[in-house]
Amino acid sequence: MNMTVILITLVLLAASSYYVGLKKSVSIQKSEKLHSAPIYHGSLIAIYSLIVSLLFISMWRLFENYLYPEFSLSKNLIFFLSLLVFLITALIVFLKIEKNFRAREKVENIIEIFLLICSTVAILITIGILLSVIFEATRFFSMVPITDFLFGTHWSPQIPIREDQVGSSGAFGAIPLFTGTFLIAFIAMIIAGPIGLMSAIYMSEYATKKTRDIIKPLTEILAGIPTVVYGFFAVIVVAPFIRSSGEYFGLNIASESALAAGLVMGIMIIPFVSSISDDVINAVPQNLKDGSLGVGATKSETIVKVIIPAALPGIIGGLLLAISRAIGETMIVVMAAGMSANLTANPLEAVTTVTVQILVLLVGDQEFDSPKTLAAFALGLVLFFMTLILNYVALNIVRKYREQYE
Amino acid sequence: MNNLKSRIAKEKRFKAYGIISITTALTLLTILFISIFSQGYTAFQETRIQLPVYFDQEILDPNKTNDWNKIKKANFNGLVKQSIRNLFPEVSGRSNKRKLYKIISSSAEYQIRNIVNNDLSIIGSKQNIWVLADDDVDMLIKGNINRNLPENERRIDDQELMWIEYLESENLIKKVFNKTLFTSGDSSESEQSGILVALLGSLYALLITLVLSFPIGIATAVYLEEFAPKDNKFVDFIEVNINNLAAVPSIIFGLLGLAIFLNFFEMPRSAPLVGGMVLSLMTLPRIIIPARAALKSVPPSIREGALGLGASNVQAVFNHVLPIATPGMLTGTIIGMAQALGESAPLLIIGMVAFIVDIPQGFTDPATTLPVQIFLWADTPERGFVERTAAVIMVLLIFLVLMNSLAIYLRKKFEKNIT
Repeated sequence: MNMTVILITLVLLAASSYYVGLKKSVSIQKSEKLHSAPIYHGSLIAIYSLIVSLLFISMWRLFENYLYPEFSLSKNLIFFLSLLVFLITALIVFLKIEKNFRAREKVENIIEIFLLICSTVAILITIGILLSVIFEATRFFSMVPITDFLFGTHWSPQIPIREDQVGSSGAFGAIPLFTGTFLIAFIAMIIAGPIGLMSAIYMSEYATKKTRDIIKPLTEILAGIPTVVYGFFAVIVVAPFIRSSGEYFGLNIASESALAAGLVMGIMIIPFVSSISDDVINAVPQNLKDGSLGVGATKSETIVKVIIPAALPGIIGGLLLAISRAIGETMIVVMAAGMSANLTANPLEAVTTVTVQILVLLVGDQEFDSPKTLAAFALGLVLFFMTLILNYVALNIVRKYREQYE
Repeated sequence: MNNLKSRIAKEKRFKAYGIISITTALTLLTILFISIFSQGYTAFQETRIQLPVYFDQEILDPNKTNDWNKIKKANFNGLVKQSIRNLFPEVSGRSNKRKLYKIISSSAEYQIRNIVNNDLSIIGSKQNIWVLADDDVDMLIKGNINRNLPENERRIDDQELMWIEYLESENLIKKVFNKTLFTSGDSSESEQSGILVALLGSLYALLITLVLSFPIGIATAVYLEEFAPKDNKFVDFIEVNINNLAAVPSIIFGLLGLAIFLNFFEMPRSAPLVGGMVLSLMTLPRIIIPARAALKSVPPSIREGALGLGASNVQAVFNHVLPIATPGMLTGTIIGMAQALGESAPLLIIGMVAFIVDIPQGFTDPATTLPVQIFLWADTPERGFVERTAAVIMVLLIFLVLMNSLAIYLRKKFEKNIT
């Protein structure tokens, strides 16, 4: 007997038991006053019996192989047993229906418990991330010492098949990846920081409401474009442009460069920076601005000397959030920055990042006993904690700042 | 102290910086759209060549069996080649002929096979059939290959150009709407490749995402906003978790999918089912946070009114608060789904990045998604694929625009609700 057939049958049974409960309570209602409305009696029968029989089925599925392996073959047995469980529970609840039966409270309790269970899913996801990343990363660190990983300067994850193979030494020094990641994030912030901040200042202090209403959604379009589209833009427009302008100045620029990836990532982050700065600047109390303007400062003087200092913690928090966004971004760098792990601060060379290497190591063949595949999880662990710390610090700064002015 | 003049000048400069920043951002946005549109709009047309095909009984069905199972093994490739030769009878020599065959896509053979399969009575007759042109010819016709370049710098040599110009002068070559793009899967030949696999993959994955993350997300938001006890350590812990998950890089969710869904539960690789599950983990906080904001902005008088008339807490929430908050919660959900539609990094990790020709029939068949297809094709240097990549981006952006407009419409409705 198919699982879906069992489920459909149970749902149909639940629907009919709802009507049975409804009928009985309606007939009681004709003569006496009920505690709960008839629909609650009906729903209680349906929900209760459904839950109990589903619990029964899942318990059976969990333990059938341990307890009664000889039964596990007959799927019909579980079908009839679950129907039996359903009908017994329905009968018990049915018999309980009378004028003082508190069906509504019971239904509401079940609803609240269901909501509580749903809200614990977020915790389960975090645990899932931690378990999967930490478990595989520990296996990796048992093969490659953690100090070699964190402080090594040579990254070449291909494991040599022959002894004398050139170019693949199986070295897992992640420093070049970290420098590459921060180099690209740095370039992105050089673009996005000033542009985002200045547009936020203009929007909140100078622009009329009308221009604000037009411009703001337009800049927010930038935030809604998928990152893979930015990656394509980097490959097809920005990288060739940088290359040809480099040739014009006599520079030889690789077709995949940190500069191209960083520039495009900067464009992506502009709306992020500007919307956070906008919130933060708007939270600065009006009396601070009025005071400054009142003693004769110009608008720009007020902004530079009063509003920005007052909003500084919030702005820094926002920039930190933007950096964490840049560090975790994958598609732009994978398409535009390249795969070669160079330890360099030169933005015109190809670099690679933590996210790119995770992807490169995991796409294609995976063997879960080789350090090459497991290294991706170690990188994931580093990435997870890096962004976690950045976010924690940033959110705390922003929250403290908000409380200051509330 | 600075004098007034320089202070005013400074003020003007400062204001100009602001305007420059905004125009820079908007210019970049415009360049992005223009470059994608200009690369991609030609991909919505394909080039077809009219081929006079003689469905020769000798080649197709020499024994007059009229049995498709025998006919399908016939030499359709030879039939196509013969038809091309009929078009240009003057071409001779082995290498010249081989070059001539190349102006037509290799899919012509299958197209003609299908025609015969649909109507066996066609055998023996002569028909003019529009077959797909090769991608190089396609590029030339669309103007992506410059005819005035010296011969050794373009992908079409002078002789091929001569043939094509003959076809043009006889009106035997034309551009039509590119149906192939929307009805076929991936292919190594750009003129035969399409996005149907990616479209269906995106659809299946998003359905799974919606089914999983919408109920759980809304339930969580309702619990935290309406029922959770205040100042409870456990509730605080849930909130911290949700806020952190919203900031976790998407690729980490891919690692979770790989380690838990694929390795531990042994679910199929490359399947939209797993893709949707991974996306739903990612989308969950993005649904919860705006849904809570929507619930919070419902005026407390609504709830208090219901409670005052004797409704229970659950009744007040479900019958009075939720209906008002629904458009607001849907806005957040749609935006979350739009982000999930554009996401690709975690899907690459769980193996939804593959060369898939067959149309997926269900949630567990291997498929790609639109963003992944963009990533795959962007890697291919051929001009034909560049054009198609930009076209997929345009299709993806159209979906995103539609979803976001719906979200904006619902937000307007919500704002009307609460005021």
